[in-house]
Amino acid sequence: MSYLTIKDLTVRLKNGAPLLRKVSLAVNSGEVRALVGESGAGKSMIGKAVLGILPRAAKLTGGEILLDGEDLLRLPPKARRAKIGAKVALIPQDPLTALNPSRRVGPQITDRLVDILGWKRETAEARAVELLDEVHIQSPERVMRSYPHELSGGMRQRILIASAFAAEPKLIIADEPTTALDVTVQKQILKLIREMQERHDTALLFVTHDLGVVSKISQSLTVLYAGKVIEETDVRTFFAAPKHAYSRALLAATPKYTDPDGSLMPVPDSIISEVEQEVAAFDAQLTR
Amino acid sequence: MSTPLYQLRDLKVSFPDLAHKPLFGAAPRTEVLKGLTFDVAKGDVLGIVGGSGSGKSTLGRAMIRLLKPDSGSILFEGTEIAQLGEDALRPLRKRFQMIFQDPMSSLNPRRRVGGIIAGPLSLQGFDDIPRRVDDALEMVGLPKSFAARYPHELSGGQRQRVGIARAIALKPDFILADEIVSGLDVSSQAQVLNLLEQLVRDLGLTLAFVSHDLSVIRRLCSRILVLHHGEIVENAATADLFSNPQADYTRTLLDAIPLPDPDQIWA
Repeated sequence: MSYLTIKDLTVRLKNGAPLLRKVSLAVNSGEVRALVGESGAGKSMIGKAVLGILPRAAKLTGGEILLDGEDLLRLPPKARRAKIGAKVALIPQDPLTALNPSRRVGPQITDRLVDILGWKRETAEARAVELLDEVHIQSPERVMRSYPHELSGGMRQRILIASAFAAEPKLIIADEPTTALDVTVQKQILKLIREMQERHDTALLFVTHDLGVVSKISQSLTVLYAGKVIEETDVRTFFAAPKHAYSRALLAATPKYTDPDGSLMPVPDSIISEVEQEVAAFDAQLTR
Repeated sequence: MSTPLYQLRDLKVSFPDLAHKPLFGAAPRTEVLKGLTFDVAKGDVLGIVGGSGSGKSTLGRAMIRLLKPDSGSILFEGTEIAQLGEDALRPLRKRFQMIFQDPMSSLNPRRRVGGIIAGPLSLQGFDDIPRRVDDALEMVGLPKSFAARYPHELSGGQRQRVGIARAIALKPDFILADEIVSGLDVSSQAQVLNLLEQLVRDLGLTLAFVSHDLSVIRRLCSRILVLHHGEIVENAATADLFSNPQADYTRTLLDAIPLPDPDQIWA
């Protein structure tokens, strides 16, 4: 039984334009699934739909989001929020905008423990110190008292990882958590996320556009184009031989310094029109 | 051999460290570039690589004199420009151009693409501006009709092409491209890199390409300079750097790149 199961999820703009087209996917506890696609493919939108933070202009018009077998969309709003708050956490893309610049780091980690789980402030603080230690931050007590601007990008991302795992969530959504970091820090952070996810046996939905990162972090992946699932498979099968022509083109566009002539090739227009046709045919089938 | 386009000798740049500024008196200075020496030949495509805080962007900005070095010399075609004042620099400005990391914030949202590209041309007193704008758009592979569009109507990759068009319209001798593909997704990244590759070939551009990611610059650059804590740890021809990296830090950078291959061992 998968921890998160999404069935036929459809999200549309207010004017009816589809953002997600009957997306289905599942993530087990202890599994990492990558969501891959170009900008505008809807990969972040899936995470937002699960967290219940879709932008105002977007509307969920159909489908199911099952968390531990329970359809979130059928719960009354208050119960839904309580469930999401207790079971799901987010690791955001930009650690600087995700942290409040005018507050110390410590309370920003303990807030969710106090607010959502009803812990005492002191217990929460002790837990936060433990967590910072777990994400390999030296002298956690000092870091708890720091302001975000006093810390490096890698440190800030570690803090957000610690705070995501703080309330022992069952599912974490990581939305391009390493795009703002340089390669050496990215490597450390990816290894850290993997380590934490394995230790806590969390289900992880990892949004990224970089297939290099996918091959390092996840066991399975879902490729999206224009809000439609293009391919869905495990990582080994995918990298050995992607089935869909668009997936192959995406792989050929990914930088690979060991193969300078066989990488960094833009997705050809012919493939774009092919996949556009496929999406249009899919839409036509739905409205029929 | 003719004189190199750029000759840099013992270039030093420091910034005031305001976090440690005493209440009275000057802030202590942090040395960002600690005496760099290298040449850039005409037609070179130089990759400047390093982690965050290595000084790679600072070096680029010092080369086109967006900031003034503390000491050392920068010879541009044999002319010393390290300490020139703004008035003396102005006639040189059209000879070096810059392409920025974030195309959204470096393009004026209230001007149309045509106006954005024409701006520097009219400022530098070029004639025949509409034709030059059309040419520049054509060279970056955008239709002429794009001149009437606003930046928000374009995709990330198209915006970055406009940034490139604005830079090449002046036919500069040197272009600084600072992390120009890091905000783009893989397909647009590949498109922009291929476009630059082609422009380098067709126009004989001399280019400095600043990046934290060695994998995107292998095909584009002829030489690579690896910076670490404000010092050059390696300066090598691209092929040599990839086949036989000399500095430990270069190896660390290479090992950190995630290859699209689940069998790569990531120690």
